[in-house]
Amino acid sequence: MSATLTPVQPGTSGASRIVRRIATARETGIAVALVLVIVAATASNPTFLFSSDGFRDLLLTPSLLLLVAVGQAFVIITRSVDLSVGSVVGLTAYLTGRLFIDIPGIPIIVVFAAGVLLGGLLGAVNGVLVAWAKVPALVITLGTMYIYRGINVAWTGSDRINASDLPRDFRGLGTEHLLGIPILTIIALVVLIAAAWYLRNIRGGRELYAIGSDPDAAHLYGLRVSRRIITAFVVSGALAGLAGVLYAARYGTVSSAAGFGWELQAIGAAVIGGVAISGGVGTVWGAAIGAFLLLTINRALPILGIDDFWQRAVVGVLILGSIVLDRLLAVRQHRRLIAQREVDR
Amino acid sequence: MAFDADTPGPPHALELKRVVKSFGPVVALRSGSLTLDRGSIHALIGENGAGKSTLVKIIAGLYRRDAGDLLLEGESVDFTSTAQSKAAGIAVIYQEPTLFPDLSVTENIFMGRQPTNRFGRIDRKAMRTEAVEIFGRLGVALDPDRVTEGLSIADQQIIEIAKAISLDARVLIMDEPTAALSGVEVERLFAVARSLRDEGRALLFISHRFDEVFALCDTVTVMRDGSYVETTPIAETTVDELVRQMVGRDVTEMFPKQPAAIGDVVLQVEGLTRTGVFRDISFTLRRGEIVGLAGLVGAGRSEVARAVFGVDTYESGRVVLDGAVLRKGDPRAATARGIALVPEDRRKQGLVLDDGVARNITLTIRSKLARWGLIWNRLENEAARVWASRLEVKTAALDAEAGTLSGGNQQKVVLGKWLATEPIVLIVDEPTRGIDVGTKAEVHRLLSELAQQGIAILMISSELPEVLGMADRVLVMREGRLTAELPRAEATPEAVMFAATAPAEAAA
Repeated sequence: MSATLTPVQPGTSGASRIVRRIATARETGIAVALVLVIVAATASNPTFLFSSDGFRDLLLTPSLLLLVAVGQAFVIITRSVDLSVGSVVGLTAYLTGRLFIDIPGIPIIVVFAAGVLLGGLLGAVNGVLVAWAKVPALVITLGTMYIYRGINVAWTGSDRINASDLPRDFRGLGTEHLLGIPILTIIALVVLIAAAWYLRNIRGGRELYAIGSDPDAAHLYGLRVSRRIITAFVVSGALAGLAGVLYAARYGTVSSAAGFGWELQAIGAAVIGGVAISGGVGTVWGAAIGAFLLLTINRALPILGIDDFWQRAVVGVLILGSIVLDRLLAVRQHRRLIAQREVDR
Repeated sequence: MAFDADTPGPPHALELKRVVKSFGPVVALRSGSLTLDRGSIHALIGENGAGKSTLVKIIAGLYRRDAGDLLLEGESVDFTSTAQSKAAGIAVIYQEPTLFPDLSVTENIFMGRQPTNRFGRIDRKAMRTEAVEIFGRLGVALDPDRVTEGLSIADQQIIEIAKAISLDARVLIMDEPTAALSGVEVERLFAVARSLRDEGRALLFISHRFDEVFALCDTVTVMRDGSYVETTPIAETTVDELVRQMVGRDVTEMFPKQPAAIGDVVLQVEGLTRTGVFRDISFTLRRGEIVGLAGLVGAGRSEVARAVFGVDTYESGRVVLDGAVLRKGDPRAATARGIALVPEDRRKQGLVLDDGVARNITLTIRSKLARWGLIWNRLENEAARVWASRLEVKTAALDAEAGTLSGGNQQKVVLGKWLATEPIVLIVDEPTRGIDVGTKAEVHRLLSELAQQGIAILMISSELPEVLGMADRVLVMREGRLTAELPRAEATPEAVMFAATAPAEAAA
């Protein structure tokens, strides 16, 4: 309470301020939960963490979802939602394989660019429809989710990409590591840091929060609301595209079902990480930790001897729990702020 | 007088000449003219619906004018967005502050224009320093790092003003900024406004409170029915003169109410209080009587109606209907006992827009219509047809979607819906808002007939002519209190306006 009650006090010690901010951040809570899950699973079976495979899996699997969840966070912060990302992952993953098969010797960097570009383009279609058709994003992206998946199925047919179709160097991206950290994870972290920096320090990023916080006020402020919303969807699509390329590198096998259901996992990760579905609140750090928590729990529960049915239920409880927690925190903060106003009178 | 003279010398800060704006068939602004000068505070007054807000929104770039001139520093301008008017140095503070609740005070001030370094990175330190400096200049202690959620309206307005200062706005428009402020807060706002004037900025102050207009402003412009009436230096006018200019027309003959036999008291409201909304409201309604409830927007009239009907609850007081106390907070009981409320916003609160006319009309009597729990279309249509024909609802078919009807016919459907419950007390909130003149008269005739049949009617209206023309008795509210009760003979436009706007001590 004292933190906000003290009026203008420029000299408050920077260090204690940072410590307090970290201790009270919404992200800290789920980071602690993540650590607890890892500790519990490792105590039950030490290979969960302390084996080269265990450690690698811990980082590798969530890295792809992290990318999609970060993109999803951009969209949710503007008070929209993007249900088409799973289909985008599928399409770009198949595109990746096709490029390597159809154009032998194509540089890997070109494939990456093509995947990100296609993803961004598909995201732009969502963004333009949402910004101009004035139809809720839930409906628009539900439609494009099916359309993109349909295109994928029509294009792939019963065909599939196999690991042997992909060049060795490209496959290496999915398995190799640098200083013990998988390349995939490093890519995901670089994207995460860039996204967090953009959202915190660039006008365009701050305006995404403003739009999600109160769209009418954003309009009155003269912000370019449509353009920003389109940008958020392009980012979401492009990151899903990047995740699609990396999907091919990681798994080697791509069928028309690649990325199926990822949109819900990405939304779940963002919500668990404290990105408010009503917009304006949350960070990509939260969404990233949420992605790790979601997938790590999935891996930890079998080790802890919990049967398959309950694993899904636990994910559900986690999502509902986060929403309830956020709601409680918001109500408490609202009461505190009102109370403080009475004191100030 | 002065507005269309081609005055030589430095151009005015802002000038509007005969600006016109319509929305479909409704003319919101017939001929709006206004001249703002540097280093001066200008008041804009007029009744609700006089066109003040439309004028402001045109200046702000929210609406585009249909005709007329808008000159900024002598240059003709045509804003198509709020960003453009802002860039030109015009800041508008709306009645309801528009801030981002999840963001910090500092971010709210600078959103979209944050100071950045060479690489486009927001310079948070510089931003915060400037916010602190502005608050220092305004003499207010606001934490620049807290989120704006939970701030009082007064503090939110300070942020809006800080925004205007950081913009270095040449023209500052305040649309009823004092409506929600306490005495001390008003004083603080006025001190800020005066210092801004002394810095050479042009200010426009829209208010309903004459004491404030006279205390703060240098010049006053009166508007009526979407048109400019007159501009006068404040020293050369009086409250009476301004009221006369605001009302200025022969009103009593517009809506003749047919005489009806006035019977016993049916509704008694005693000491109704809801903290911060209304206080100590007492009145009675008699059979066959139309009682007008006048006052400014935000005076708490609709809130009283909602409390009587039971949509909202109240802390103390009671409502007595036909000799028995009405349970509070229970609209179902109120309906069963014979109260009907035709709400203010018919599209949102009165109709199911996607449903047919018949279904809308029978919405209040569904259980009565049901046979074995089922409602047959035939029964529904029969019941609806009675009311549709009695109210002369003009619709292609009884199953036409209510949303496709004109405003006047929609209002008739809502009325029909409630009349189907055979009420003894009918509360109508702004019954003719946004309705064309012809249908308006029909609605009035209808209300008059209902009164003749012995229904007690409470009519909330912001249109003075309507109140004066229809009501047997006029209640006036100001800031949550009843300030006057006038019999028809004493209800002159001036008396009602005075009770609605004058400070409480004077009216009590």
